[in-house]
Amino acid sequence: MKIVVTVKQIPDPNAPQKLTSDNRLDRGGEAVLDPGDEYGVEAGLKLKEAHGGEVVLVSMGPAKAADAIRKGLSMGADRAIHVSDDSLAGADALLTAQILAAAIKPENPDLVICGTESTDGSTGMVPPMLAELLGMPQATFAKQVEVKGDKVSVHRQTNEGYEVVEAQAPALVTVTAGVGEPRYASLKGIMAARSKEVKKVELSALGIEKGSPAESVEGVADAETRKAGEVIEDDGNAAERILAFLVQVKAV
Amino acid sequence: MSLDLSTDNQSLRAAVRDYAQSVVKPQAAETDRLHRFPEEAISAAGELDLMGILIPSEYGGAGLDHLAFTICIEEIAAACASTAVIVDVHNSVACEPILLFGTEEQKRRWLPPMARGEVLGAFALTEPAAGSDAASLKTSARRSGDGYVLNGTKVFITNLGKAGLYLVFARTDPEAAGAAGVSAFLVPADTPGVKAGQVFSKMGLNGSPTGELVLEDVSVPAGNLLGELNRGFRIAMRALDSGRIGISGQALGIGRAAFEDALAYTKEREQFGQAVAQFQGLQWLLADLATQLEASRLLTYHAARLCSAGKPFTTEASMAKLFTTDTAMWIATNAVQLAGGYGYVNDYPFERYFRDAKAAQIYEGSNQVQRIVIARELLR
Ligand SMILES: Cc1cc2nc3c(=O)[nH]c(=O)nc-3n(C[C@H](O)[C@H](O)[C@H](O)COP(=O)(O)OP(=O)(O)OC[C@H]3O[C@@H](n4cnc5c(N)ncnc54)[C@H](O)[C@@H]3O)c2cc1C
Repeated sequence: MKIVVTVKQIPDPNAPQKLTSDNRLDRGGEAVLDPGDEYGVEAGLKLKEAHGGEVVLVSMGPAKAADAIRKGLSMGADRAIHVSDDSLAGADALLTAQILAAAIKPENPDLVICGTESTDGSTGMVPPMLAELLGMPQATFAKQVEVKGDKVSVHRQTNEGYEVVEAQAPALVTVTAGVGEPRYASLKGIMAARSKEVKKVELSALGIEKGSPAESVEGVADAETRKAGEVIEDDGNAAERILAFLVQVKAV
Repeated sequence: MSLDLSTDNQSLRAAVRDYAQSVVKPQAAETDRLHRFPEEAISAAGELDLMGILIPSEYGGAGLDHLAFTICIEEIAAACASTAVIVDVHNSVACEPILLFGTEEQKRRWLPPMARGEVLGAFALTEPAAGSDAASLKTSARRSGDGYVLNGTKVFITNLGKAGLYLVFARTDPEAAGAAGVSAFLVPADTPGVKAGQVFSKMGLNGSPTGELVLEDVSVPAGNLLGELNRGFRIAMRALDSGRIGISGQALGIGRAAFEDALAYTKEREQFGQAVAQFQGLQWLLADLATQLEASRLLTYHAARLCSAGKPFTTEASMAKLFTTDTAMWIATNAVQLAGGYGYVNDYPFERYFRDAKAAQIYEGSNQVQRIVIARELLR
């Protein structure tokens, strides 16, 4: 079974996030493999352990994203494809999905695994667009992924519990933290990753001339500061007053 | 020789830090307070190949060099010194001597399970009357049939009770004085007559059991002799030579954690209307701590690089051990001071760093003994 996992390098989410002068996220500081994608890699590796085959990482990002790719390879992925081009800086969700689709298509994977959304951009739009461009059914928010013959079956996390969703492979799934804690890279894994293939792909090789995002950020404004809430002192009827408030804001 | 770390060692550090900060550190305070052996952290270390760092891949290890090893120990020690000393002793003074002096058969038998972390190793040299003067040891190994019978008491044995294999130094020639009549033996913990005695109640490193190993008519086959008969003392000395680089890594980790936490604390804590780090009286101290820490790091990595490159390193390893452990103690002492009263209570890690750092000035050759080693080389 061939499994593609999309991975992205993001600015360290534990550090304060800054914007550059042209309103893009400053990617100059410490960067890490998106924690959401670590779950994707973990899900891919579990399926490989169960069914054999290979796990191929696909990433779009600047040269330094190689570190994040290396981390995924250290965890146990077999090889990687890294699409990098200066014109892709500031790519929007659609352009990203187009690039990833062009890189993934020639691989003919049985399964594509994505995080539900990136931790930095948080649009959650790339996976559905990617599924559409690849012509694959998508099963989202999976907390468990199983492959039975040519069917992919997932437990789709909902507020109440989960739904069991089945799709015909090849399919795309997005996974949540429910798939299990990502494994740590072992020392042997780190050493093995040194000799694993990372194929560098330029835009021209994908038949795309230049990245041109459909979306651009026109301006950025600070969020309105939160107003002080109402303190309800309990003089015997606090519960009713809280209930009345919740009804008023249609929370219940 | 470049002072920068290779990209390999940087990714290695990142990975070990990941494990140390998320698996080891959250348990550190409790490990200390409850004197609890950090089972989970050690079993995870086995999965990550941290129990076979120096062991080549043909014996199931990671096959890394002493610089990589030192970085691993530093990262674990920055999270929990108890966990780090367990891992360090296992890798350096238990696994490495087998690797360096073992027969092919001994290596095949012991190194793979040790690399997986299934068999924990221990090093048993010190005796009640033989500390710094280790060559005066009295534990005996008498030839009997086609094997040896060991009798004696070892003290201060790290990993006591948890180890599956003890590397025991015993006198095989009762006539020979000092180092001359000593041999090294691989003694499985389940051999009849091997008893874990009293576990010492220490001031620090409380998650790492240290105590008395009693050997009563312990029979081992001749195949358990490590290296040559009557030439075991140099095995002990060689193990400790590179072991001191690991201990430098241990001290570097404790020193770094103490410094970083103290720095963060002084930036947060306000008195007289400003962060206490704004007082020049503390800034000069912080600058000194940072400088000594950096010097320790360079000295330690230098010794590790020499050892990895197969060059003479004994003097540099002693210098690194002496300087880095003294520095860690000094940083930890000042870290308590910088945190004031909060530094003295165990809600904060400062007093633990202080108690843990102290041991590193004593074991694997006290810092007085390091000076003897360095001076001996100077006067040669
Ligand atoms: C936490 C911990 C873990 C340990 N783990 C192990 C282990 O796993 N295996 C093992 O075999 N041992 C272990 N040891 C023992 C350790 O190596 C010894 O404690 C150390 O070698 C010192 O020996 P001693 O305690 O007998 O002190 P002594 O040798 O009695 O020293 C007392 C004092 O005299 C000084 N001194 C001694 N000789 C001289 C000299 N010639 N010149 C100047 N000063 C001198 C010493 O520096 C010290 O200050 C451990 C010790 C500790 C504290």
